[in-house]
Amino acid sequence: MLTPPVLASSPAAPAVHIKDDAFTPRALTISVGETITFTNDDDDAHTVTATDGSFDSKGLDTNGVWRHTFTKPGTYAYFCQLHPFMKGTIVVKAVSS
Amino acid sequence: MRRGSFLEHVAWTGAGIAYALGAGGLLTGRAVAAGANDSVEFVQISDSHIGFHQPANPDVAQTLQMAVDAINAMPAPPAFVVHTGDITHLSTPQQFDDARAILSQLRAPLIALPGEHDVVGNDFKPYLSNFRIPHSTTGGWASWDNNGVHYVVLLNVFNFEKMGLLGGEQLAWLAQDLHSVTPATPVVVFTHVPLYALYPQWGWTTEDGTKALALLQRFQNVTILNGHIHQIVTHQEGNIRFASADATAYPQPKPGAAPKPGPVTLPHTDLLRAIGYRRVEIADGDIRLEDRTLAT
Repeated sequence: MLTPPVLASSPAAPAVHIKDDAFTPRALTISVGETITFTNDDDDAHTVTATDGSFDSKGLDTNGVWRHTFTKPGTYAYFCQLHPFMKGTIVVKAVSS
Repeated sequence: MRRGSFLEHVAWTGAGIAYALGAGGLLTGRAVAAGANDSVEFVQISDSHIGFHQPANPDVAQTLQMAVDAINAMPAPPAFVVHTGDITHLSTPQQFDDARAILSQLRAPLIALPGEHDVVGNDFKPYLSNFRIPHSTTGGWASWDNNGVHYVVLLNVFNFEKMGLLGGEQLAWLAQDLHSVTPATPVVVFTHVPLYALYPQWGWTTEDGTKALALLQRFQNVTILNGHIHQIVTHQEGNIRFASADATAYPQPKPGAAPKPGPVTLPHTDLLRAIGYRRVEIADGDIRLEDRTLAT
């Protein structure tokens, strides 16, 4: 049985996991154009909602996955609409040419 | 401004897609009937989270059905049933359909407040397509008088980042609304999130709630009934009594008793002892609360 080769050189895809009413990692730095995968590993529903309104996952049920591509550099604060004490930050760095 | 979109939706839904309670009509009819024996009984239910499918309660539709059946089995139908929010888990049209299919079986008018779970993604359309608060203003909040009692509905789930928050417009309306009410009139207030700082670490508070409480301070008998925290907690400040209600879906931990406020999973028989509904009886200005679980 052949198994597809694993590309050892591919960088880890940026990911945020939601568990126990918290975003992990709470702060994540990526490069502009990268896509973050948000996964709800919790037994409750959550949202990933930007404080500035620039993105909103809407309702993310248990095991729900939402991806967002960040196209502009900057620091984005976000929270969960259902549990506003849950907060996170995404720092999007410009890519130097 | 997020509440702006709620105003728009209220405007276009103003013709009344509502079901079951036909705005003021039925309530007025009840008020006349209740006047005959000078006592009023209503029921509070809360936090049904239709659409939730986790071990804490794999069948939230069934437990809401049990609550509705128990209310319908009361010797006399209550004047009305108030649902203090989180009717659904994620505000989807299907979840609202399922909730309405059960709640429409109530043999009493229904007043259903939205919780934050009913407006997820800043989308009010599914809620407003299914439920409407009678006597409501364009902002959605409401008041009415029934049998010598002044009832107020306050909405504190529309500012998502600062939930709970009433906002200046609603507070100004409340001041105006209470202006002509005499201090001896019993006042009953319905909200979703607790109006006082019950446990701010978990968001169990209303940021500008103290401003509403200041307006209510001059009344001799105020009862504030809310949901959101999935458990019975009572509290007294002067003449103001607060009482959070059980959910019909699943319990949450006591304040600070767990690392997070998420659903608590119990064996089924214990679950039925931790969820339920509340009878409220008002006679001669005396407001009596009786919480009943779904355990038989």
